[in-house]
Amino acid sequence: MRTKNIILIALVVLLAVFPLLIHKGAEFGGADGEAEEAITELHPEYEPWLESFWEPPSGEIESLLFALQAAIGAGFIGYYLGFVKGRKESEKEKGSVAGEAGLSKS
Amino acid sequence: MLESWKKMLCRNRKLFITLAVFFVLLSSPLPAHAMHIMEGFLPLKWCLFWGVLTIPFLIVGFRSISKTIDKNPDVKMLLGVAAAFAFVLSALKIPSVTGSCSHPTGVGLGAILFGPTAMSVLGCIVLLFQALLLAHGGLSPLGANTFSMAVIGPFVAYFVYKLCQKLNTPTWLGVFLAAALGNLLTYVVTSFQLAMAFPAEAGGFAASLVKFMGIFAVTQIPLAISEGLLTVVLFNLLTVHNKRELEELSVIPSPAKEVR
Repeated sequence: MRTKNIILIALVVLLAVFPLLIHKGAEFGGADGEAEEAITELHPEYEPWLESFWEPPSGEIESLLFALQAAIGAGFIGYYLGFVKGRKESEKEKGSVAGEAGLSKS
Repeated sequence: MLESWKKMLCRNRKLFITLAVFFVLLSSPLPAHAMHIMEGFLPLKWCLFWGVLTIPFLIVGFRSISKTIDKNPDVKMLLGVAAAFAFVLSALKIPSVTGSCSHPTGVGLGAILFGPTAMSVLGCIVLLFQALLLAHGGLSPLGANTFSMAVIGPFVAYFVYKLCQKLNTPTWLGVFLAAALGNLLTYVVTSFQLAMAFPAEAGGFAASLVKFMGIFAVTQIPLAISEGLLTVVLFNLLTVHNKRELEELSVIPSPAKEVR
């Protein structure tokens, strides 16, 4: 299972790197920004009727918040996986006092 | 009926407060900005339309979450994982073949584990966070964005997964297709929403739809694949280390079949 997961993650990385290689000069802006442009093109008279009342003051701070978001999420997932893995192993240990052979496997 | 509501509210006070804050914010048009629809870019009547359409899903989702927790108090942490997964994936803006970036949604996993409406609630919270702190998405189109990412996405994922189970496909394939299609359809819906609000002068709705699909849906194809793969990775880990809870939630058949 571990090898399978490593392959899957490698595929994800490839999928992200591939566009960088085929579009060397592209901007890689957000798709939402492009939609903004499309709207302005379709309806030049349209005025956005609301502005964000708070925007991250700079790109750095925005990336801080995004990194924080990912870190909190990933941290929790990692904690959970460690938790269930430990729980499973301790259950196994209790269950197989006689046959200790299976423990060394994982 | 009233009693059970009261009980539910007490039990999930935190969740309720979050939702209450959301509705207050929704009703007072405070300004905020969005891979989702950006702040101020969806005309008010459409914001209201999608908002009203979304509310029942949130209510049902809320009840479904408290029912699940009632039945299996152990799965609370797994619920947290579903939310955390959506949280992580929506923070990852990944380059795509169109030369622009977009991000996965991460709602497929939760939909498979807890059902589609539970994910409506969690997805909405993620969107709210991004709207408030990151100027990504927005409060006025929150209803529309919740509808695409947290209603349609999870429903597609859920039914694709169920269908795959019926067809006896390998579990990993069901998970992959569910997460990938849920992701893709989310942005197809976003394209529909924008095309309905901004029909082209020449060609009307259809021409607009093609345009927005070109921006959102095409960009999303490789990301949908990525999301599918990442969901399979996490699902694999869950099956290996926590088969029992997945069986309790009847995500996988109870005398466990071979899952990879």
